[in-house]
Amino acid sequence: MTTTLVKMVSITKRFPGVTANSGINFELRPGEIHALLGENGAGKSTLMNILTGLYMPDEGEIYIRGARVKLTSPRDAIEAGIGMVHQHFRLVQTFSVAENVIMGSGDQGFFLNMQEVEDKLARFSGEYGINVMPGSKIWQLSVGEQQRVEIVKMLYRGTDIMILDEPTAVLTPQESRELFATLRRMADMGKGIIVISHKIQEVLENADRITVLRDGRYVDTFSGKDTDSRKLTMAMVDRDISYGQNISSKPKDDFILCLKGLTVLGDRGQKALKSLDLNLRKGEILGIAGVAGNGQKELAEVIAGLREEAAGEIEVRGERFTGRSARRMIDAGISLIPEDRLGTGLVGSLNILENSILKKYRSGDISTGWFISWKRVREYAHRLVEKFDVKTTGVEAPVRLLSGGNLQKLLLAREISNDPDVIVAVYPVRGLDVGAIEFVRNTLLRQRENGKGIILISEELEELFMLSDRVAVMHEGEIMGILDREEIDLERVGRMMAGEREEGSHERTAVR
Amino acid sequence: MSGLPLGRNRVITLEKRGGFSRGVALLVPVFSIVCAVIGGGLFLLAAGYDPVEIYLTMLSGVFGSAYGLSETVVKTIPLLLCGLAVSVAFRMQLWNIGAEGQLYMGAVAASWVALFHGEGSPVVVIALMLLAGAAAGALWGLIPAIPRALFKVNETITTLMLNYVAILFSDYLVYGPWKDPKGMNFPLSAVFPDSAILPHFGDTRIHLGLVFGLIAAVLLYIVLWHTKWGYEVRVIGESPVAARYAGMNIARNILLVMALSGGLAGIAGMAEVSGITQRLQPNLSSGYGYTAIIVAWLGRLNPFAIIGVSFLMAGLLVGGYNMQMSGLPAAIVSILQGAILFFILGGDILTKYRIRIKNTRGIEVAE
Amino acid sequence: MNDPLVVVILSTAVIAGTPLLFAALGEILAERSGVLNLGVEGMMLVGAVSGYIATLLTGNHWAGVLAALAAGGMMGMIHAFISVSLRGNQVVSGLALTIFGTGLSAFLGKSYIGQPVPDVFKPVTVPLFSQIPYLGKIFFEHDALVYLSYIFVIVIWVLVFKTRWGLNLRAVGENPAAADSMGIPVYLTRYISVVSGGMLAGLGGAYLSLAYAPTWLENMTAGRGWIAVALVIFAVWHPWKALVGSYIFGGVDALGFHIQAMGEKALFLKDVSPFFLQMLPYILTIIVLILVTSETKKRRVGTPAALGLPYDREER
Repeated sequence: MTTTLVKMVSITKRFPGVTANSGINFELRPGEIHALLGENGAGKSTLMNILTGLYMPDEGEIYIRGARVKLTSPRDAIEAGIGMVHQHFRLVQTFSVAENVIMGSGDQGFFLNMQEVEDKLARFSGEYGINVMPGSKIWQLSVGEQQRVEIVKMLYRGTDIMILDEPTAVLTPQESRELFATLRRMADMGKGIIVISHKIQEVLENADRITVLRDGRYVDTFSGKDTDSRKLTMAMVDRDISYGQNISSKPKDDFILCLKGLTVLGDRGQKALKSLDLNLRKGEILGIAGVAGNGQKELAEVIAGLREEAAGEIEVRGERFTGRSARRMIDAGISLIPEDRLGTGLVGSLNILENSILKKYRSGDISTGWFISWKRVREYAHRLVEKFDVKTTGVEAPVRLLSGGNLQKLLLAREISNDPDVIVAVYPVRGLDVGAIEFVRNTLLRQRENGKGIILISEELEELFMLSDRVAVMHEGEIMGILDREEIDLERVGRMMAGEREEGSHERTAVR
Repeated sequence: MSGLPLGRNRVITLEKRGGFSRGVALLVPVFSIVCAVIGGGLFLLAAGYDPVEIYLTMLSGVFGSAYGLSETVVKTIPLLLCGLAVSVAFRMQLWNIGAEGQLYMGAVAASWVALFHGEGSPVVVIALMLLAGAAAGALWGLIPAIPRALFKVNETITTLMLNYVAILFSDYLVYGPWKDPKGMNFPLSAVFPDSAILPHFGDTRIHLGLVFGLIAAVLLYIVLWHTKWGYEVRVIGESPVAARYAGMNIARNILLVMALSGGLAGIAGMAEVSGITQRLQPNLSSGYGYTAIIVAWLGRLNPFAIIGVSFLMAGLLVGGYNMQMSGLPAAIVSILQGAILFFILGGDILTKYRIRIKNTRGIEVAE
Repeated sequence: MNDPLVVVILSTAVIAGTPLLFAALGEILAERSGVLNLGVEGMMLVGAVSGYIATLLTGNHWAGVLAALAAGGMMGMIHAFISVSLRGNQVVSGLALTIFGTGLSAFLGKSYIGQPVPDVFKPVTVPLFSQIPYLGKIFFEHDALVYLSYIFVIVIWVLVFKTRWGLNLRAVGENPAAADSMGIPVYLTRYISVVSGGMLAGLGGAYLSLAYAPTWLENMTAGRGWIAVALVIFAVWHPWKALVGSYIFGGVDALGFHIQAMGEKALFLKDVSPFFLQMLPYILTIIVLILVTSETKKRRVGTPAALGLPYDREER
């Protein structure tokens, strides 16, 4: 019997321009939940992509159950019993659960017998206490259910080294607890579980051991019992972070944006927003909590005029907006910081000059008649880059070459300099490093001080609780309740995220 | 697995470049042509021909005489106009391969003006023909653009299908109602009146269409890089999602761009009938609309580069005619054209990736 | 011999639809794996000329079929190499393939133009089946390649929807990253489907030069490769529907011919210029494409999600 499932020794992986992993050591034992802790960009995902055969390390050795291995493709890793549940699920939406589970496996003969697979799968998921319906199509499932499919898929393959990448990002607090109970059960059956996370509390509560990475380097491995959040924070971040905590001003009383009975259809024709009411004040950050996929995207899009409402209306500064277009909402002073920075917010192959005027090119500031004055654009872009400290090799370089943090800075710079009244920020810090996160959050707070109304959609409850004046919780296209800053409570928010409505929550009917 | 095995323990792998290599981007088309010529030569050799003889025949066809050179310029005209037409559509990811049909419709409309309203001041008649040709081409481009804008109907197929329809329609006219009664039953329309014929340069067949093409290239450049509309077109082409986010009207721009694209090809058709054939006849175009695809891609969709490339491709066509006269296989021209495109597409990867030969034992060696 | 006119027309529809069917089946395979191939026209032409030449040289039409398969497969290989390995633009690569194939086929066939095929595929009546009233005449009095196409429809249908290989193929076309993470070889799968798709397109071309026409003429496919691409959309990437679609288009193709042949009996249609009758299949393609696309958009079915997108493992 070996005492280690996985041993990775001084792993180094370089990408053009960055060393993502530099001499990292890692060890996994059977029966343990081992957390891999670190900020975004610390190198956690790269290390795990090496373990799953997606990347090849430039240096270093990997041992599985004591034997030296070379993992050159995902197939090698699968054969070694390694499976990973990615943050973005690797599921085929149009396939059934059973089809997703068996694809790529040699389990079936040449001809498929789906009934047999479904039966086997039903028995199998019973064994682990994971509830999935083998016949349902993936697109019909909730995010939590899809995650369970991913886990079953790995177990079915005989995985005994299971990696989960930020598994709780898409779950309610209650669902997260359930997930860890399942993982614990699996560990008790002798499997090794690796959980990639950047949430210190979650890791402390659930992990047996915790390995911390920082800037692509190995810091230390702690025992879950013998450590505390202060030690972990110190290991994870080597500097103090401060957010403009002096939230002195109070939101003004007048509403700047009112959504009344808004019903919106999603991409599949389902009701993504159901008769939703929401009001935003000047000088306020209104946080939107909820599991991803509960209508947040549609909410942001309908406000920005990118999606049509099926019923209801939107008022900006008391003026009704119907038959809207993105253009009209931009002119009305509504700014969207989209989730997808490179692709929606910025055009990768165009340069900084061209990206800086994406919403301004029609304005007389930079154009005369039909023509764009590139001289004035240049001045304007230089001002943005300087004011927001965007690190770049020049304004003529395609923005694709900027780092995530600098992309977001450029995007924020452009949006804020248009002086909007309402800012809708969708997952604005996702994938950013610590410094950039701090910059984004402080920028939003400064805009709040300037009297803008801000809707902040985020999956990080901590972030919402820290920045918001009020937090509204969304579930299946409805607002389950709105809590004031003082009332915020993780349990309550969690219950609402799971679909429990708070009858007492005020304001729902305040302005009808 | 993404690597190509190369003997023992060695693989060729592709590694992403940190940036975009402008130098490589410029070199790729040049190398593509060189590689295609070499590849074509080997092919000819294998087929039992003498590639040197064939290439020399082609070259002498173009550069061997003033006539060859002027013929090359003559062929440059439709290629330039169609190349510009295709490039502006491609820039917006509209795969308009219907330039051929748009050219024919432009030719038909211009012929209609010439045949039925052709008497009068040449300036007026030619202006009317130009207008009619552009309008007919634009309309022919709009037919597939409307379903594309409304329902995302695949425009590659619809534009191509319309080529056949346009050519059959033009054939119908010259075999039927427009057939010249004095033409001994040949499928030809009557000859245009002098007022409907484009002026020529000196004794050559080079006509005013060349000026149309050059002006179009300059205008297109100005529109794309210096106007608000051109900016919209470029943003939509690079990222429709971002364009929508920025409040641009994509459907309207699809219609406008396809109309512009069709209009340019229509002008090419007008120039052909008014400058060269001086009547409507079958087989007006020797596949200019298709060669234009290569012109546009090889010119990287850049209007000025397209001027040069269309001359080059015209040379290839003229060289092909010369081969035909000498009884050599002229089809090698299309083979070369296709091969050039293949090499560019293949070579493009070098602008984004760097090729590295890796020792697969490297990992173990690094112990 | 006195069959009702409808039966005669339907029977010709099957023959005229067969080259479309082969090509559409091939394109279904390629597109199911996520590779858009607009080079079908070029592949068909090369297949047609290769089959024709091989038959001329050997005197055996089966040698022609083999040559067409090989030639189509090689054309598919070019497309696969550029669009899969080199991650080039699939649309432009397909167009290049068509231009290249047009030239190559003209080059190869130049010295043989107009020569009669020594060993044409001739109709073989299938014993029992041909006795079925009407249907027997429509489906079972054709040449061997038509019967082969029936078999291919069934085989491909089973392969794509009922086997492990088909499941993996569809996974690659829907979500290559997911397929890759499950150990399915994405590149290999795409190569196999594009190359076999090319072979089928080549066979479709050979049907024209060895059975339908049967001779070699430059550009003899006359846009059938493109119609086949449109048929795949019409068929929602499904072999059975491709069969139905092919025969509808084949029928329209044949209709023009029948109307001309009918002379005075064609009533008002006799005055329609043959040029307009020849336009029918092309116009029909456009109309059908518009109807099908606007309809499938509503029902959200069909298109493999990764169609046209090159896969690069380290991209995500």
